Amino acid sequence: MIHSLFLVNASGDIFLEKHWKSVVSRSVCDYFFEAQERATEPENVPPVIPTPHHYLISVLRHRIYFVAVIQSEVPPLFVIEFLHRVVDTFQDYFGVCTEAAIKDNVVVVYELLEEMLDNGFPLATESNILKELIKPPTILRTMVNTITGSTNVGEQLPTGQLSVVPWRRTGVKYTNNEAYFDVVEEIDAIIDKSGSTITAEIQGVIDACVKLTGMPDLTLSFMNPRLLDDVSFHPCVRFKRWEAERILSFIPPDGNFRLLSYHVSSQNLVAIPVYVKHNITFREGSSQGRFDLTLGPKQTMGKAVESVLVSSQLPRGVLNANLNPSQGTYTFDPVTKMLSWDVGKINPQKLPSLKGTMSLQAGASKPDENPSINIQFKIQQMAISGLKVNRLDMYGEKYKPFKGIKYMTKAGKFQVRT
Amino acid sequence: MSTSALYNDQGGAEAAVEAGQESTPTSSGTGAAFGLFSTDFKKNEDLKEMLESNKESLKLEAMKRIVGLIAKGKNSSELFPAVVKNVASKNIELKKLVYVYLVRYAEEQQDLALLSISTFQRALKDPNQFIRASALRVLSSIRVPIIVPIMMLAIKEAAADLSPYVRKTSAHAIQKLYSLDPDQKEQLIEVIEKLLKDKSTLVAGSVVMAFEEVCPDRIDLIHKNYRKLCNLLVDVEEWGQVVIISMLTRYARTQFTSPWTEGATFDENNEKTFYDSDSEEKKEQTEAKPYIMDPDHRLLLRNTKPLLQSRNTAVVMSVAQLYWHLAPKHEVNIVTKSLVRLLRSHREVQFIVLQNIATMSIQRKGMFEPFMKSFYVRSTDATHIKTLKLEILTNLANEANISTILREFQTYVKSQDKAFAAATIQAIGRCATNISEVTDTCLNGLVLLLSNRDETVVAESVVVIKKLLQTQPTQHSEIIKHMAKLFDNITVPMARASILWLMGEYCERVPKIAPDVLRKMAKTFTAEEDIVKLQIVNLAAKLYLTNSKQTKLLTQYILNLGKYDQNYDIRDRTRFIRQLIVPNEKSGALNKYARRILLAPKPAPVLESAFKDRDRFQLGTLSHSINSKATGYQELSDWPAVAPDQSVRNVEVIEPVKEWAPLVGKTKKSKSDDKFYSDDEEEKEEEGSASSGNEDSSSSSEESDSESEEESSEESEKTSTDSGKSSSGSENSSSESESEQKKKKKTKKAPQKKSKPTAADSDSDENGNGPVAQASSSSPESSSGSETDSEDDSDSDSLAAQKKKKSDAKSKPKVEVKSKKEVSLLDLDDFSPAPTNAPKSSFLSSSLLSDLEGLSLSNISSTMQVTTPSFGPVKTYELLHHMTGKGLSAKYHFPRQPCLYEPSMVAVQVILTNSSDHSLEEIHIGERSPAGLNIHCFNTIERLEPEASVTVSMGIDFSDSTQAANFQLCTKENQFSVSIQPAVGELLMPSTMTEQDFTKEQGKLLGMNETSATITMATANTSSQAISKQVLSVANVGVVSSSQNNFHRFAGRTVSSGALVLVSLELKESSSALLTINTEKSVMASMLLRDLKQALTQA
Repeated sequence: MIHSLFLVNASGDIFLEKHWKSVVSRSVCDYFFEAQERATEPENVPPVIPTPHHYLISVLRHRIYFVAVIQSEVPPLFVIEFLHRVVDTFQDYFGVCTEAAIKDNVVVVYELLEEMLDNGFPLATESNILKELIKPPTILRTMVNTITGSTNVGEQLPTGQLSVVPWRRTGVKYTNNEAYFDVVEEIDAIIDKSGSTITAEIQGVIDACVKLTGMPDLTLSFMNPRLLDDVSFHPCVRFKRWEAERILSFIPPDGNFRLLSYHVSSQNLVAIPVYVKHNITFREGSSQGRFDLTLGPKQTMGKAVESVLVSSQLPRGVLNANLNPSQGTYTFDPVTKMLSWDVGKINPQKLPSLKGTMSLQAGASKPDENPSINIQFKIQQMAISGLKVNRLDMYGEKYKPFKGIKYMTKAGKFQVRT
Repeated sequence: MSTSALYNDQGGAEAAVEAGQESTPTSSGTGAAFGLFSTDFKKNEDLKEMLESNKESLKLEAMKRIVGLIAKGKNSSELFPAVVKNVASKNIELKKLVYVYLVRYAEEQQDLALLSISTFQRALKDPNQFIRASALRVLSSIRVPIIVPIMMLAIKEAAADLSPYVRKTSAHAIQKLYSLDPDQKEQLIEVIEKLLKDKSTLVAGSVVMAFEEVCPDRIDLIHKNYRKLCNLLVDVEEWGQVVIISMLTRYARTQFTSPWTEGATFDENNEKTFYDSDSEEKKEQTEAKPYIMDPDHRLLLRNTKPLLQSRNTAVVMSVAQLYWHLAPKHEVNIVTKSLVRLLRSHREVQFIVLQNIATMSIQRKGMFEPFMKSFYVRSTDATHIKTLKLEILTNLANEANISTILREFQTYVKSQDKAFAAATIQAIGRCATNISEVTDTCLNGLVLLLSNRDETVVAESVVVIKKLLQTQPTQHSEIIKHMAKLFDNITVPMARASILWLMGEYCERVPKIAPDVLRKMAKTFTAEEDIVKLQIVNLAAKLYLTNSKQTKLLTQYILNLGKYDQNYDIRDRTRFIRQLIVPNEKSGALNKYARRILLAPKPAPVLESAFKDRDRFQLGTLSHSINSKATGYQELSDWPAVAPDQSVRNVEVIEPVKEWAPLVGKTKKSKSDDKFYSDDEEEKEEEGSASSGNEDSSSSSEESDSESEEESSEESEKTSTDSGKSSSGSENSSSESESEQKKKKKTKKAPQKKSKPTAADSDSDENGNGPVAQASSSSPESSSGSETDSEDDSDSDSLAAQKKKKSDAKSKPKVEVKSKKEVSLLDLDDFSPAPTNAPKSSFLSSSLLSDLEGLSLSNISSTMQVTTPSFGPVKTYELLHHMTGKGLSAKYHFPRQPCLYEPSMVAVQVILTNSSDHSLEEIHIGERSPAGLNIHCFNTIERLEPEASVTVSMGIDFSDSTQAANFQLCTKENQFSVSIQPAVGELLMPSTMTEQDFTKEQGKLLGMNETSATITMATANTSSQAISKQVLSVANVGVVSSSQNNFHRFAGRTVSSGALVLVSLELKESSSALLTINTEKSVMASMLLRDLKQALTQA
């Protein structure tokens, strides 16, 4: 399956290599570099590159390419999914997944990669099992280790490997038993010129942070489970129970995990919480363009729209923008032509606006497309689909845990065409 | 590549400097001192010294730095002797790092590597399973041919180990040994055979992987394990699932007959029938060809389906491909939603999934058409994602949606990403050829693009127009003229060449312009690009043949120019053309045919999808992704004409084979099958594996000496038993309620088939996402000003709507006025009559009723599938438990539709299920009490098969009281007394009125007729939507649109006497509210008040 892994940074240097079978020369990456040069944007490098003897499958995350070398037929998603899992694990261990962090922790990285794959086949990818095998580096532990000479590596087979619930280790103890659930929904939408919605859908996740002693068995039920159209679960969720009763029943992993991700049925109309009034014009022959943008809340059920960030890729002909925001700050990068406006909170009484002129290259013809506008925002304490958790119960343990549920709505890929 | 050269550079100062740099971050404290001042040679000396020191910490430090070197791809093989000494170290981390080093360099230093072997052999006997496993891992990873026999022995031993983890490791080792020495194949197959029998989920994935690597053709090894693998699948770790599923896909294609009926393969028509009605199509199929799916085939499909919900995208994709390659055509649709979900994932995942969808969408548009909008392009997508989405949109285009797609394309054409814009133009061209209705529109659009400022856009348009014109050249001389006019402004060579070719090809249609263009070209010939020059020569030749009078001189001039051109291609072409067209003594017979050669009618190019032939590869594979056969790709065989012997899969143990008698509706069956998950047999399997786990851990604890080990294994034992207990506990309960559940499912399904109104209550079906859904769901929201999204209303509406349609526009204008406010779940034109006119339906004869039933049956599946109400289910009550009913169980609910039998009756639907093992006969209603009770009974049911259920509707006149209706439910042998007690809210019919009417009527019902209470609303219920929802869940009333925000009004009539019941709710500050009910029926009022109060105050 996976033969070797090369980590390549943005400037095209290989800074880590790992081989699970016989060594593959790093010159194989030349094919990758070729593709990288050909691509105009870093994202445009094709994920699968065939070479005469190998196949390169790569993912790009945190501006690092993880290039896996494959020698024979394997489902490409298998490799891609695994690579993403590697990145997630690194992030979990080091907080960030940057070139510096990986270089600093090269030994841990190597130990992890060794455990995650055996002969190119995934062995242990569950973070809970890995953490028993290799303890994440913390400052305290490094200190203790230098003094006592103990190590970061476990001697025992992680309990999870053999148990029926591989995601949870035994003997977990907490003094404060807490379980927090965040219902986060994202709206993906394309709004057209006239303000009407071309497509809009809601995707949501329930992220959990569970710190409970022992082996708790939780059930979570919804007021309106029918909203959930298509769901994917953490392996801990009992599928049969969901099928039959629409109740999430599970023995949670310890710590942070994503319990559920869902898609709200497309039958329900999506409430669009913000509207944009825009007037972006370029006049033929003139080297000036007008830019006028106003944001306003809509269908927010009385909640404030916060952390609003508007960004737009202006046409190449634009040299500079001279704008005046009624609130927040804006930046315009004359090289990438990226305009971004950090609005903050929308005040319904005084709608934020960004007005002014753009100067165009003299003599250049007027751009034929107006830029599309990407919007990010957050609305606290509301799930836009109306999804509500009914109750959370715990069985199997005697203590009374502290439970908390938070709702949030965010913009996903929210685009306004102008 | 310069970078790689740099990295391979081993010697010299540069490396030394680098070494110094790298030692700083990796080593803390002591390490830094060594690195900074050392030369290359000295550095390794230092490491050697450190490794040979007595201090563990120094050794560890050295090893860490060496691993750093390995990670950077630097050679440190000269340290091998020093490192290998530490292989037996007590320090586990040091040992692990030594392992890493060994695996990396053993191949290069084979002799020295042998030194470590004895250590591993010793470790293979270690009581700690983890140590045994890691010893085997390293031993098998050392690629030294000499130790093959030792490896073989170790693998065999480990395959019989008590710990499943060690067995798993041995499965991995099989592949390693095989790649090292393929001669061991036979022996290894034996081990694989043995491991395939393993019951542990831990081993399953790894051994199947080994099977795939070593002996993928030995399908006979799978037979006996097939059912076990299918059953274990859900519990196998995710990576193993992928491997097992793809292996089973291959297996199934060799062992089962095709579920695809002949001729129906990839047929769009077939799909349409599917959309209309499952069962009908099914019947047709069975009639045409009695195909009965092998139960094992069904088992595989059934057991993989839940994995569509996996968080692992690879698992979802592999299930999707399994369904694509194995499932009956109409079942494939269930994967659609999950695949679309994956599009939210990372860019790379999107890329692969889109590729697969592109292939699928060519063959079956219907699968993805409802999700068309998910493929709309965003400006932030990467270019290859954009092109793939475009490809899919083009594939999905049909007469119905082409206008939407073209509108979307218009936006894309303007994109700043010019490569993408060009691809869009090609896509437009494809749409134009595929859908003849829009060819002209597209052509006009493309002609407009010719005046675009961007060159690539213009060029692409010209090329596409050229292709389009070729398909139907007759009436397009205008466009050719237009292009000729634009010619001067177009600079892209390809576009110029295309225009010239068009001129030449159709020069007879533009007799005046073509010679003029040639004249212009003669002037600029020398300055043109090669490709343009070739076309100029071409044009000249064609004109010479058709219009030699005007162009003879010009042609000769051009041919002369071409003769001395720098490019040999052009010189060749010129020479060839000259000989062909200009008659002279040397040229032979060919000359006569010049006209036929040059002006032969040319076939129009076919604009095809790039994914046209991708389906020769199995979906989801690497080969499919790169569109060429990858090493090790295994072809998916065709279905066998005759299924091989099924009995090979039989195992002595009782296997979960169900009585798959060829019942009718297969789809239905498959759905209810999912509930078999909690089957006894399967439980046994699970328990078996759990208990074997216990054995393992307990036995290892016996062996172990160390305390900690014992503890941990005890612990693990405890947990496994615990969880075993808990699961078996739930199993028990589930198996108890199993039959009941099954029944429930069945009955749940049944009403959907039989009765139209309940259709809306049904669970949203996996594949119930037809295009109608969107249309109908959007209509209520947009058309109704009021907040009614309660399904109840719409239910009765849809029913009423259907009725209306039948009764042929009996609706009076007044009704239509009313209906505007109402919600229609079905998009049945203007017909959405208000529920108040229900009494009118009383004059519907009962024959009409049966008509209606027939009607509903035929198009019910589409209704059933599309409606997913946002509102909770209609409450179902138990009428007769199967225990007391000797196998007959009955449930009832109020469909809230006007009763068809008599207007004063309340409609009740009863679902009868036979959960006994024999069929029940003559089910009917017997005596009733109170004697005067007016019940419209259902017709006697002659026979009810075991496990079957039937839904019947009856009407009961409760005379506006909540007194229970008691009657007897009789079968041939038995009689059971049952009673139906209605909730007060069910005795009402919604009534539609304006706000003015409401206040007017309310004014008449004051004093004694008014009941009110102040209540404290639950916070969740303060929105108007929530209020209507709560109220409608309690009572069957209609919403009266209100002009005031804090006022909510609902109106209804009692079913029997038709007395008005007015409910109004006035919201006050701090979530308190005044609830008022005005009606003459004061008893009902107080009961309703109580119920409403409860509903609104609860959270």
